[in-house]
Amino acid sequence: MKKRNETLLKWLNEGSETLDQEMMESLEGDYLAGDEKQETAVTKKDESSRFHMIIRSAYIRISTAFSVVLCIALIAILMYTVMDMPYFGNADTLVESEVSEFYIEHTLEHTGAVNVISGIILNFRGFDTLGEAHVLFIAVCSVMILLHIHPTEHGAHLMAYEYDDASEEPHDDDILLTGVRVLFPLIVMFGIYIILNGNLSPGGGFSGGAVIGAGLILYLSVYGYIRTRRFFTMRTFRILTTIALISYTCSKTFHFVTGANDIKAMIGIGTPGTIFSGGLLLPLNIFVGLVVACTMYALFTMFRKGDF
Amino acid sequence: MEELNILLLLFIIACAVSVSLTKNLLSAVIIFMAQSLAMSVVWILLESPDLAITEAAVGAGVTSLLMFAALKKIHRVRDEKHEKEK
Repeated sequence: MKKRNETLLKWLNEGSETLDQEMMESLEGDYLAGDEKQETAVTKKDESSRFHMIIRSAYIRISTAFSVVLCIALIAILMYTVMDMPYFGNADTLVESEVSEFYIEHTLEHTGAVNVISGIILNFRGFDTLGEAHVLFIAVCSVMILLHIHPTEHGAHLMAYEYDDASEEPHDDDILLTGVRVLFPLIVMFGIYIILNGNLSPGGGFSGGAVIGAGLILYLSVYGYIRTRRFFTMRTFRILTTIALISYTCSKTFHFVTGANDIKAMIGIGTPGTIFSGGLLLPLNIFVGLVVACTMYALFTMFRKGDF
Repeated sequence: MEELNILLLLFIIACAVSVSLTKNLLSAVIIFMAQSLAMSVVWILLESPDLAITEAAVGAGVTSLLMFAALKKIHRVRDEKHEKEK
């Protein structure tokens, strides 16, 4: 912030009128937070900018007060709503909800999933999960829009800076390197296990994908971008997520069309307890896992470097 | 079991309060991480291992990593290279 103040001072002293609006605004934001002494020193130069500053500080005060009031009101409303909810751990309140009882009793016979939660989120509420997968994809898209570096002159400067930042990455630390060499396969294997056993044991596509994504991030932050770029680039991300989302949509649509029209489904529920049971649960888990793992890795990469 | 539960819940509350009171952003992220980890143990005690795995992976792992990356972006983490230059 101090650096920014100095640049603004220099520019104002030179009488530069060409300061573009965007730069001006961001600098002013810093000013209001900064100490007042400097502020007055600069504003003496220009009366109109001083007036502008007063209006801006009033605006900031009013908006702060408004947001505080809004927050308190929201907390009060939420607290009021919580009072209407059933008591925690009370056995009687479960009776009111027929849905949960139905799920607990009939999930196994309808979906063939030993893990009830997996049966619910991928079968009964399959379209919810499809929406969630799309939300993750859209999140990556919006981060891409925000952080992508455009190849202009300014962008090239930024890119060089980012590259410099990223080149620090591979640390010559033996403990780190050896630790990751041992841990990385184990973490990824555990993630794959969680995904494949999603219909049998706790876990599923989302948790397994998150574990794999975290493992990839660990590998990236120790071995650097040059190693990871060999097997995971922007193109890999695009292809994997698109294929996973399209396949998920197709298999879910197939499920719903056959179910709604009384067509005998070709894929049965299998024997509960085996890995290929539960109809389409296994492929659905894999698709969700792919999307989540790619998303986690892509988000981290873009936060770190602005691009793949 | 009850005592452990109460202890963990108190720890979570203490973490949540201290996150907002900490001036140093890096320590705030680390406290947040610890809170997530305690929360995942609470999920196991509440018999929902599904959520516990997700909380440990997303809450304590990926979210904190993203916050570290953001801190690095706004230069709130002192790195070794700059330290040497000084």
